[in-house]
Amino acid sequence: MRRLFDIALPLIVLAAILGFWEWKVAHDAIPPYVLPAPSAIAGALIDNFSSLMASLATTLTVTLLAFIAATAAALALAILFSESRTVERAFHPYAVVLQVTPVVAIAPLILLWIGYDRVTLAETLIAALVAFFPVLSNTTLGLRSADFNLVDLMRLYGASRLRILWRVRLPTALPYLLSGMKTAGGLSLIGTVVAEFVAGSGAATGLAWRIVEAGNRLEIATMFAALTLLALTGVAIFAVLSLLEYLLLRRWHESAIRT
Amino acid sequence: MTLLSLTAVAKRFATVRKDGGTLALADLSFDVAEGEFVSLLGPSGCGKSTALRLIAGLLPPDSGTVDWPERKPAIGFVFQDATLMPWADALANVRLPLDLQHVPRAEGKARAAAALARVGLSGFEHAYPRELSGGMKMRVSIARALVTEPSLLLLDEPFAALDEPTRAALNDDLLRLWREARDTPGQKDLTVIFVTHSVGESAYLSSRVLVMAPRPGHIAADLALPPGPRQRLSPAFLDIERRIAAALPASAT
Repeated sequence: MRRLFDIALPLIVLAAILGFWEWKVAHDAIPPYVLPAPSAIAGALIDNFSSLMASLATTLTVTLLAFIAATAAALALAILFSESRTVERAFHPYAVVLQVTPVVAIAPLILLWIGYDRVTLAETLIAALVAFFPVLSNTTLGLRSADFNLVDLMRLYGASRLRILWRVRLPTALPYLLSGMKTAGGLSLIGTVVAEFVAGSGAATGLAWRIVEAGNRLEIATMFAALTLLALTGVAIFAVLSLLEYLLLRRWHESAIRT
Repeated sequence: MTLLSLTAVAKRFATVRKDGGTLALADLSFDVAEGEFVSLLGPSGCGKSTALRLIAGLLPPDSGTVDWPERKPAIGFVFQDATLMPWADALANVRLPLDLQHVPRAEGKARAAAALARVGLSGFEHAYPRELSGGMKMRVSIARALVTEPSLLLLDEPFAALDEPTRAALNDDLLRLWREARDTPGQKDLTVIFVTHSVGESAYLSSRVLVMAPRPGHIAADLALPPGPRQRLSPAFLDIERRIAAALPASAT
């Protein structure tokens, strides 16, 4: 009963907001190029369904590729950092520079270098750069957080560094890695949107570009429809990663234990 | 038969201040014979844990030697905290040393289960550390140390964080394991080196007590105790406690 209420409550709020929105637009006769009614947005979604779905597929592909690339690269670099202070000293400043430089500012350069004929690759790289850092810093911290005594115990039984990494450091880092991945999932989508904005017309057909395009044509309902799909994509990514986190940690980590 | 001998061992630790570091141990020398139950007793900061790590080979001495006249035996180590892998169940935790020695999986499981049974944890094979009490976690840790059937057990204040009844129970379990090894024909004697800051615990368990004093760490007294078993609160036991307490350096300030 309680659970049902927990699920129903936000849905009731949503219905109330949509109802008020619909009524307000009709009552004040707000023109659709300023604010379309929810029914008009739903209509635009249905009318442009197949082309919007194609755009969603494009955006989702870039987002997922960027997310996987960022996670893999960050994990590999985090392992290098945690195994060697020298490597960390040499490269960490540049990782930080990369992080604090607004990627939007270098996106045009990346597009120029990689070329508009390989726009998916360029967009993936831009989005991956945006998503990269939280995984790197979280995972490095996690790999360093291994119980010293446990590491000593492994050494006592003659374990190699690789075995210590595999049996102790990586499991210790797993909750940190997953937390970084949750942040990176959202950032991959943001990075993809930025990349699509910068890549512009011609090559780009993703949801972000559809928003720009619809805006130019004053098809505000289509704009909202694309925006809704983007928001839902973000929610879906977050939900999938939260589920993954729960499944991997529920047996042992405090963060995943339900009280 | 001498199992190990420390000769003039010194160890210095670097500190943040550039004053050459802290001298943790200076000129530490003692022998341990096979089958002894030796307590290293002393206040915090007297270098007893450092001595244990030097013996285990986890730290190199700055000078002096740690010698094994026969050859270095298989060692089991128990830390002050249970030091378990939280992501693995009790059985997998106990199996860890066997995994690292490439013991086949099925055999490893059987031996780990047997080790858990030895410390009274049958039925808890698939419990995760967070599901176990402090005392049970410590038992898992002891089972892990025993699973390789070591002939030398090094314990670093293993029961210091436990409540009194649990501590007493685990003291008895440890003594039982040590006596079993000694009294079972054909089984190799178990040598125990036990770091503690509790006079009562060292009096109850040991066949010999090495009293250590700080700044820098050194042996203040080497007391051989009469053979056990001992009865807590008996006059003979209280007498042993008095002897040990008298050998302790005046409270470090």
